Amino acid sequence: MAEPLVVLDGVNKYFGDLHVLKDINLTVAPGEVVVVIGPSGSGKSTLCRAINRLETIESGTITIDGEELPQEGKALARLRSDVGMVFQAFNLFAHKTILQNVTLGPMKVRGVKKAGAQQRAKELLERVGVAHQAAKYPAQLSGGQQQRVAIARSLAMDPKIMLFDEPTSALDPEMINEVLDVMVELAESGMTMIVVTHEMGFARKAAHRVVFMADGEIVETAEPEEFFTNPQSERAKDFLGKILTH
Amino acid sequence: MRELFEQFDVWAAFWMTIKLSLWSALWALVLGTLLAIMRVGPVRILNVVGSAYVNVVRNTPLTLVVLFSLTVLGTRLGIQIADQNSPTFLTDEAVRWAIFGLSVYHAAFVCEALRSGVNTVPVGQAEAARSIGLGFGQSLRHIVLPQAFRGAVAPLASVAIALIKNTTVATIIGVAQTSYFMAEAIEFRPDLIWELFALIALFFLAITLPIGVGLTSLSRKVAVKR
Repeated sequence: MAEPLVVLDGVNKYFGDLHVLKDINLTVAPGEVVVVIGPSGSGKSTLCRAINRLETIESGTITIDGEELPQEGKALARLRSDVGMVFQAFNLFAHKTILQNVTLGPMKVRGVKKAGAQQRAKELLERVGVAHQAAKYPAQLSGGQQQRVAIARSLAMDPKIMLFDEPTSALDPEMINEVLDVMVELAESGMTMIVVTHEMGFARKAAHRVVFMADGEIVETAEPEEFFTNPQSERAKDFLGKILTH
Repeated sequence: MRELFEQFDVWAAFWMTIKLSLWSALWALVLGTLLAIMRVGPVRILNVVGSAYVNVVRNTPLTLVVLFSLTVLGTRLGIQIADQNSPTFLTDEAVRWAIFGLSVYHAAFVCEALRSGVNTVPVGQAEAARSIGLGFGQSLRHIVLPQAFRGAVAPLASVAIALIKNTTVATIIGVAQTSYFMAEAIEFRPDLIWELFALIALFFLAITLPIGVGLTSLSRKVAVKR
């Protein structure tokens, strides 16, 4: 196996008295697509956010491409620029146009010239299918379109890895697929991805590995087909029973 | 009404009020923005300094601040902020210390207006900014503050109006602006007292009303749609 891209080693996190991440160990190889599923409150979003230090951890280490996550500061900002993040609530910059949302990072963080950044942004917006909306503001777009722009915004930084924190949970049902299609395409292009989601279809289609979390612990790790058809743990059986019967 | 203009330099008084307002508003905006950055920033000691400043200054009467500026900082401590060789040195000193006092005082209110603006910006905006690799200063400059200013236009309008009316306090250190002229006119031409009050009320209304209406409509225009 190649050098792992992300390594979580003995990670613990508390919110006050609540132990939300319990001794988490996880290794993600380059090009691997890992889907994290589990009931709400299982700590899967926290896990995702901890990987680019939007949440701090109490103990353990998180290493990205051989480099341990540094304290808040320049080094962390540089590392974050290599880690794309897609949020449940899209979080597009509300006062900037779609095009500006995508060009801001390359221009301010990477020092790319405006013309070059715009050229690349247009290509990326084309790739996610919202090129014709470039001059609009986020509030003028549908949720599905906004989320695709958010993916383009992350891709503009040429990240080594992309984190998705429940990217389709805030979307109307008819818009979920347009976002998942972009994510599947991204996975097939070889992007390393950690995806927190409830979308079993995506997990089956694109994931190399499913990580099942409950109560802050990784309960089970398996290939998608194996996990969905033959879960080992009682917690996973119970969870799948509840979501797959409908 | 005409007699007032003939006997007193009304226009000079009005002009001084406008000058005090503009300069103080400018400095209060600069200082208030710095204070707001201190208060929302990640550095604990700056948080403490910022909030101490706001709480002390905001709860001190403006008269005290302006008087303190000229008499203690200017006269007692001998800090000169005007050109000493100018024939109007003493007047200039008073004017500048008045601007200083007004700026320092209103900066506290600008800071709080901006902070309320910052609170209109969802946490996710800053998280998204950090996640594409912007540093604290960059995400403040490009993402949080531009949205905060838009959300703060309406409360800033209230501060601006209060500041314009508060310039009248400069009378206490002898700055010849509108209320100084008013005090003189009451003393020397009590027969014109109706005209006098009408004139001055109209003058302030003529400045503050458009500012209020203008900024309110601006706040709607620049509001960030979410």
